[in-house]
Amino acid sequence: MHGSTMDTILEISDITKSFGQVAALKGMRLKVRRGRVHTLLGENGAGKSTLMKILAGVHEATSGEISLDGRPYRPTDPRDAAALGLAIVFQELSLCSNLTVAENILATREPRRFGFINDKALITKARAIVADLGLPIDVSEKVGNLSIAQRQLVEIAKGLSHEAKVIILDEPTSSLSDSEAEILFDIIARLKSRGVAVIYISHRMEEIMRLSDDITVIRDGEYVSTHDRDDVTIEALIALMVGRRMDEIYPPPVHEQSASAAPVLSVDRLARDGEFDNISFDVRPGEILGFFGLVGSGRSEVMNALFGMKSAAGTVRFDGQAVRFRSPAEAIARGIGFVTENRKEEGLVLSHSVGWNISMAALSDFTGPLGFTRKRAEREAAATEVGRLAIKTHSLDTPSGSLSGGNQQKIVLAKWLLTRPKVLILDEPTRGVDVGAKFEIYKIIRQLAAEGTAILLISSELPEVLGMSDRVVVMHEGVIGATLSGADLNPETIMAHATGFQS
Amino acid sequence: MTQLSEAQAALMRALKQYGGILLSLVMLCAIFSFLNPRFMSVVNFMNILQQVAVVAIAAFGMTWVILLGEIDLSVGSIIAVAGMVGAQCFAFGLGFAPALVITLLAGALMGMLNGVLTAKLLLPSFIVTVATMGIYRGMVSLPTNGAPAMIENSTWTAIGTESLLGLPVIIWVVAVLFVVNHILLSKTSFGRRAYLTGGNREAAVYSGIKVDRLKITIFMISGVMAAISGVLLSSRLFSAQTNAGMSYELDAIAAAVLGGTSLAGGVGTMVGTLIGALIIGVMNNGMNMLSVPYFYQLIVKGLVILIAVWLDVRAKQAKR
Repeated sequence: MHGSTMDTILEISDITKSFGQVAALKGMRLKVRRGRVHTLLGENGAGKSTLMKILAGVHEATSGEISLDGRPYRPTDPRDAAALGLAIVFQELSLCSNLTVAENILATREPRRFGFINDKALITKARAIVADLGLPIDVSEKVGNLSIAQRQLVEIAKGLSHEAKVIILDEPTSSLSDSEAEILFDIIARLKSRGVAVIYISHRMEEIMRLSDDITVIRDGEYVSTHDRDDVTIEALIALMVGRRMDEIYPPPVHEQSASAAPVLSVDRLARDGEFDNISFDVRPGEILGFFGLVGSGRSEVMNALFGMKSAAGTVRFDGQAVRFRSPAEAIARGIGFVTENRKEEGLVLSHSVGWNISMAALSDFTGPLGFTRKRAEREAAATEVGRLAIKTHSLDTPSGSLSGGNQQKIVLAKWLLTRPKVLILDEPTRGVDVGAKFEIYKIIRQLAAEGTAILLISSELPEVLGMSDRVVVMHEGVIGATLSGADLNPETIMAHATGFQS
Repeated sequence: MTQLSEAQAALMRALKQYGGILLSLVMLCAIFSFLNPRFMSVVNFMNILQQVAVVAIAAFGMTWVILLGEIDLSVGSIIAVAGMVGAQCFAFGLGFAPALVITLLAGALMGMLNGVLTAKLLLPSFIVTVATMGIYRGMVSLPTNGAPAMIENSTWTAIGTESLLGLPVIIWVVAVLFVVNHILLSKTSFGRRAYLTGGNREAAVYSGIKVDRLKITIFMISGVMAAISGVLLSSRLFSAQTNAGMSYELDAIAAAVLGGTSLAGGVGTMVGTLIGALIIGVMNNGMNMLSVPYFYQLIVKGLVILIAVWLDVRAKQAKR
């Protein structure tokens, strides 16, 4: 142990937090030192968010002690936490889009004169904060006009504008591009040099290895271990995090799919004005067809058109027959399933139960002749899926919104499995999902393919596309750059087509 | 043994869900009984049920609409139109059955217009139904130039005045409609789709629920329920009045919200709405019996609604 206790700015000892019967944290501990980046690593549901909410004053610990700068630390709410020197940047955006950047950054702390907000001082102060962080953002712009990435940076500026001794960054790069992430990393370096401690939460292992000084792994609400970055490898961390060794992240195909089978879905010159053009591909039963492209390449738009959400020119053949779906209902009836990109917006009804969400797309299968829901059959089917996909839920009646990201994603998968699709579209199926759940989702995808389901796998993660797909369609600015298979399935070739350097 | 514990569990769930508003209802009854001993009687409770019928039925329809995250402010106007349509049918010499069918169809049609404008033109239902509230209210006066129309069909007027098997017909109507709506909402896939769509419209669309059709159907249900309320009201009054059902939509909304229906959509039950309607009925009746002036009644009603909803919200937060 190098560094004395003098260095310690935040110390958490033996924290326990229970929600009713469920213990979210058991004997959690953490020691964060000045001027260091301390990464907290754990699967979704491991207790990171709960711990952060206790630090932010949103929740109160059931037992245990926290000290900040040598004094007992017990914030009553996030504002109190900020006043005590602990700032937190949440991953969910908490900005008001109708207000300006300056108004958001200094919200509730606006400089006042005679009781009124002093606009000039507000702008000056906000501009100084933004300039200090080196952010390329105009503070008088309305937040609603900014891109998601820019908003994330404003969010960070807001968190950092408090005179904080400890700053918590909860998945700050999840919506940032590489160059924007670099801006953030610069900011973190600057904070470190000022002696600020940073608690960093992320799922991106490369990023963690690059930024962190210390890494603490937690699992199932319990402390596992703390490591110096230089003494540990990514593989070792993953093993600690999931509690087992992962020989392979991408499971191998269950069996070779036959290249001779007739395509279940063929798309010929699909086009939609301003979104995509001349899209042609086909997919056979049991095949995993990857779709790779940079953000804005039109992948999701193509899938929405296939699913009947939007109209498009061109021909789509399903089982050899020309089809034109005017609504998702028609596409589903024919045998298409669609795990959409944003599970909270388009995938789940968060306020409703796990069971209701799972049966949602197959409800007509559980409807009797008079329109009555056959609840017993419905529950049995939902329970089977919960078991098959190993969804961790208290019961079928638990609200889906209370589960972790990985389990929520499995509910969406379960929903589509119940419709027994012939073609399953997966748009970013592992986004915001921890490593353990990722592995399980990959296994499910493989299993589905083995059972003859054709899979369209859209992903921004190159290793995922490479690891899972039989062939890969690379899209660039609304058109197909190339359809690659065999030896062409390598990162260099795919990136060359995705960026348009090669066509 | 398991049967018993299942029943107990169901009871506990019901108490958890409706405990707050049931308590409000019981407290109101206790207060009124204390202030006026005649309040606590079978006769008076029959009275309350009859008085609350018009609002309760409209509130059943309103529950569907609010459950979907929408609102229907034209309900009071539809009540008046329905009475007038019935009266005009009789003026043309039609019998009871065709008059009733035409009246309910008129309700369905008015609801459909609300639904189509909301679903297909993507206008907010608040704006659509503020507009149709005025339009329908104006249309009531068209046939008679604003004068009331007498209804002399004896079957029609019997609905509001006669009894069947010892209970007023009006109570049978409420009971049947309650059961029908309750079953439709809690036991059928149609009801499930309403809950899901109210909870997250986008997710419902992506799961193949025909959201537009659902929305139009539900506004039609609200229209038909309001039309039935109109039939009851006009049968009690022996006439169609141009100002009938004025501001009843607010009572209907209050009943649904008192009963736990969330204005954000996705949450609500017919049982809750019925209890909510009873609270409003008990308040109206109790204060009338105490000869409380009308303007005081308005103030008290507003306060009670605030307190009851607050108690309910607090109880639900405490549960988390």
